Parts: sequence; C-alpha cells; structure tokens
Amino acid sequence: MSTGRSGTLSESMFEYEPGVVDRDDPLHGELMELNMGPQHPATHGVLRIKVLLDGETMVKVEPVVGYLHRGKEKTCESLGWRKFFVHTDRLDYLQPLMNNIAYAAAMEKLAGIQIPERGQTIRVLLMELSRIMAHLIYLGTTSIDLGAVTMFFFTFSERERIYTLLDAYTGHRMNNTYVRIGGVYADVEPDVERDIRAWLEQFPKKIDEFESMLTGNRIWYDRNRNIGTLTAEQCKAWCLTGPNLRASGVEWDLRKKQPYSGYEHYDFEVPIGEIGDCYDRYAVRIEEMRQSVRICVQALERLAKSRGGEFLADDRRYVLPPKDLVNTSMEELIHQFKIVTDMALPQGEAYHAVESSKGELGFYVVSDGTSHPVRCHIRAPGLVNVQAIPLLAEGRLFSDMVSIIGSLDFVMGEVDR
Amino acid sequence: MSATAPERAGAPATSGSSGTAARVAAALAGVPHTLVHPADGMVSLEIETAAVNEVMSRLRDRAGFDSNTFVTAVDRFPDEPRFIVLWQFLSTTHNDRVRVQTRVPGDAPHVPTITHLWIGTAYFERECYDMFGIRFDGHAGLKRLLMPDGYEHHPLRKDFPHQGIEPDRLYREWDNRRRERSPLRTESQT
Repeated sequence: MSTGRSGTLSESMFEYEPGVVDRDDPLHGELMELNMGPQHPATHGVLRIKVLLDGETMVKVEPVVGYLHRGKEKTCESLGWRKFFVHTDRLDYLQPLMNNIAYAAAMEKLAGIQIPERGQTIRVLLMELSRIMAHLIYLGTTSIDLGAVTMFFFTFSERERIYTLLDAYTGHRMNNTYVRIGGVYADVEPDVERDIRAWLEQFPKKIDEFESMLTGNRIWYDRNRNIGTLTAEQCKAWCLTGPNLRASGVEWDLRKKQPYSGYEHYDFEVPIGEIGDCYDRYAVRIEEMRQSVRICVQALERLAKSRGGEFLADDRRYVLPPKDLVNTSMEELIHQFKIVTDMALPQGEAYHAVESSKGELGFYVVSDGTSHPVRCHIRAPGLVNVQAIPLLAEGRLFSDMVSIIGSLDFVMGEVDR
Repeated sequence: MSATAPERAGAPATSGSSGTAARVAAALAGVPHTLVHPADGMVSLEIETAAVNEVMSRLRDRAGFDSNTFVTAVDRFPDEPRFIVLWQFLSTTHNDRVRVQTRVPGDAPHVPTITHLWIGTAYFERECYDMFGIRFDGHAGLKRLLMPDGYEHHPLRKDFPHQGIEPDRLYREWDNRRRERSPLRTESQT
C-alpha cells in the first residue's frame, strides 16, 4: 500500500470535490489516499481499490478493474463457437462447469437443441457441485481475511474432495471443459456416483462444523452483522442478483423462477435473508450449500434410474459422432469433419442465464449463420458485485472493507473477462 | 434468516411472453416502437435513439421492470447504421424479461444514459464505451473500465484485429516515464 497525497510516490489518485468532508469539523484530520491492491490478498484477485480516508472512515471508494482483462468476448468472435468452450472455464475459475453449461445452454437455445434427460441430470449435479465449491471458497477466503484461519483449511480440504470427485469423472481437477453442445462429454460411471454419494452423506456434518466455528462466534458476528447493509430496492437498482439479492429478502432464484436443465423437477428451498448485511449473505450461502446437497442427492437418484440412457443429443449438425462410428462410416466421418472445421449456428440471437454461485450468469449470443459468432456478451455477476463496493463501504470504517469485499463474492477472472 | 416454503415442483409462476408483450405495449402506448422476434422468443423492441429515456422510464415505472441485466452493443461493420445498442431488463415481480435495441450510426456514436434510472448500469455503460466507443450522454463518470486509461482503440469493434494494435505501446511509454523519474538514473541510461 502506498499513500498518495502526502507521500511522494504519485500525484493524487482521486478527482474529488473539496466539500467531501466538513473542513470546519475540528476532529477531522488530513485526508489520506490509500491504494488497496491490485496485489492485496484481501481483494481476492487483482482488484485495485482506491480509498480516501478521513481518519479511519472511508470517505470515497473507487474500485479499479481490468487487470485480468484477456479479451474473452473478442476471443470468442475470432475462435468460433466450438473452440471458445475452453475459455469459458477461465471466466469464473472456481466453478468452471457452471460457465460451460451457461455457454452451452445459450447456444442450444439459439439452435433449438433438446438435451436428453440424463444429460440434464448430470448437468444439474455438476452445477450444484460447482456451487458448493464456489461457496466453500467464499467461506474460506472471507473467514481467513477476518482472522478465522482454521476455516480456510476446513473449506479448502472439502473443496479438494470435490476436485477429486470431478477428477474421477472428468480427468481434471479444474478447468474441466466437460460440457458439450447437446449434453455432456461422457457418462457418470457407477463408481463415481458411489463416491459422490459417499461424499454428500458426510458433507452436511461438515457444514455444521463450519457453522459451529462461525455462526455463534462473537468476532464473526460483530464484524459482519449490520455491516454492508443492502435494501431490496438498492439491490435491484444496482442490478445485483444471486445470494446478494436474496440476502436482502427478495425471493429470486432463476432455478425456481425460470427453470432450466430440469430444475423444476427438484425439491429444494430458496433461503432468503432479512436485513441484507454481510452476516445475512453468509447465512444465505451456508443454507444454499445445504440445499445444493439436497439437489445433488435427488440428481443421483435420477441418475440411478436412467442408467444407460442417452446423455448427449443425437444431432449430427452440432454433436460429434462416437469415435467407433467415425472409423467405420463415411457419413459419420463427414459429420465429424464438418463439425470440427465449421460448426455453424443458425442466424439469430439468444440469451440464456443460469443461477451461478455469484448471481445471474448469462450469455447473450448473436449469430449470422456462420461458425464464428457476431457477438458473445458475457453477463458476469461479479462485475455487478464489484460495482456495489462503494455503495456499501463509503462512510464506514476501513476495517469493514474486508468483510464487504468478502461478502459480495466475486472472482476477477469473471469480472475482467 | 428464514426459508421460504417449498414451491410446488414443476409449476414456475412465469407469465408467458404474450402477457409480457401486452404489458410492454400498454406501458409504451404513444411511443413509436416496433417488435422484433429473436430466436430465443424474448419480447424484444426496436426504438428510436431519441426515445431511449422515455421508453426506459416507462418500462421501469409502468411495466414493472425493476432491474437491468446488461447493456451492450453489436458492431455490424461495414453496414450502416453501424451499431446496435441493446438493453435487457428483468422484472422480479412479473418474472419476465424484455430486450430493447436501437440503431446508432458509426460516426461519433452516442446514446442517452440510463444511469439515473438504474444506477447499476454505470459499469455496463462504461464497458460498452470502452469496447465500442459509444458515448453515453449524461453518464457522470464515463471512462474506460477494462482497458487502461489512455488506450486509443475500442477492441470489440470489428475493424480492430484480435492481435491488437501496438499492444506494447502503453507499456513502453510507462516504462520510459518510470525510468525518467527514477532516482537511480545514470548517465548511460539517458
């Protein structure tokens, strides 16, 4: 961190009006400019926050994003529909499969592809495991920033177990890219199902353990309760979605309201908060993990019933034929060649959103009927969450900043794209 | 902390797209607009650029669209009018969405801001300005969001190459400036 105004490192970071503090107040000291990030551990990635301090009170806060900008949308336009799949993993890298599914679903909506039931069930299972993974990271990083170091190890060891399960299924711990247009790449084997079930059985007890460390903890309570309070109206005007919106008492969950991937067949509850402070956002996410476990268990039951069923749509315009057929059939070889070299989507535009762990993750895709998109806009919930930092932080003590950043929950890979 | 009663599975309370279209049409009575029909079936309007403020405030106040989902643009280079600027709105009370688009010419493109209606669109508009060079009139802090300040191009325009234009120019300038300021500067470096 470096001071700006009174130091010698740089000129003023801010353009602010002199009237921003009461100069006649005898208690106010000299304003200090503080540069938090972009390499600060509590900013959860390369986020820079410019803070103007009057004593310990934050007078003005301005997030600066873009340090991780890799031009994903431009990359999508030049790579084409199929090859961009691997790049979606690197958006919100804590839940790569969720991004895969959101992108695939937007293309499927545009092309009008129906997903087999088993494929949808596998997707639901993957999405809920991703949600648990992302919430575990939220919980671990937020609590280590607030001094609860043990929690970090608890949550990361649990997340590592999910990674092991995904490794068994996809062959990769992270950046799986296992979703395809029309379904998923491969079926879930029975032994993987068994491992997932075994993990799900013990995980609710772990959540109780997490809660026993934090929920009644005096320090955790004091540093989160009544800090960063958002009203429902503020959330909507600031375009916030997901757990941040639900913590403010709005019952809005795309899985319930605009179901996709067959979420209407699952029995689960949508937790909502009361006052919308950092503590409510924590409580909502804890409860969401429990509900995700419920959904995963139901998904496994459905998988057991549909064992041996199709998991990938049988549409040779978009879906690669099985390799053994390619080796023996001329038509299938032609299909494979066409898809690999030039998979075109029909002309038109489509938007599809999924309820990611951070909020509404949407892909708006525009096609001119060729293999390369005209536009692929990524509606990243993290960007909206970053935008709300000044709203919550200004006027509060600087130490609250860490709680606020943690509780809004964003990943810079997704914010900067 | 409270949990809502489990909703009846399989019965989402969506009002169909015909209900949305009727509500939007009633809210926009008297304002010229045309319906377009995108592939995803969303209610989608095309309006005049001058009518942006009128349409958006009616969508918010009369049709109940309380949240914005994104603001972005599509570059149709080399066709004219070059840009399509798009807004998408969400109604959490009626559980539906609407998309609004307007066509903007490629020469000094600008549209009115809607940050006074939804403050959360401020970043979306900054991103759109950054990527396409479309100015949002009335935006209080319209500056680049993702690309560095002082960058001269707008990367998502179709005439911008994917490899970039002089991608290291800014870095070289910064480096020179840093070296000039450094107290460790020696004769040989200058």
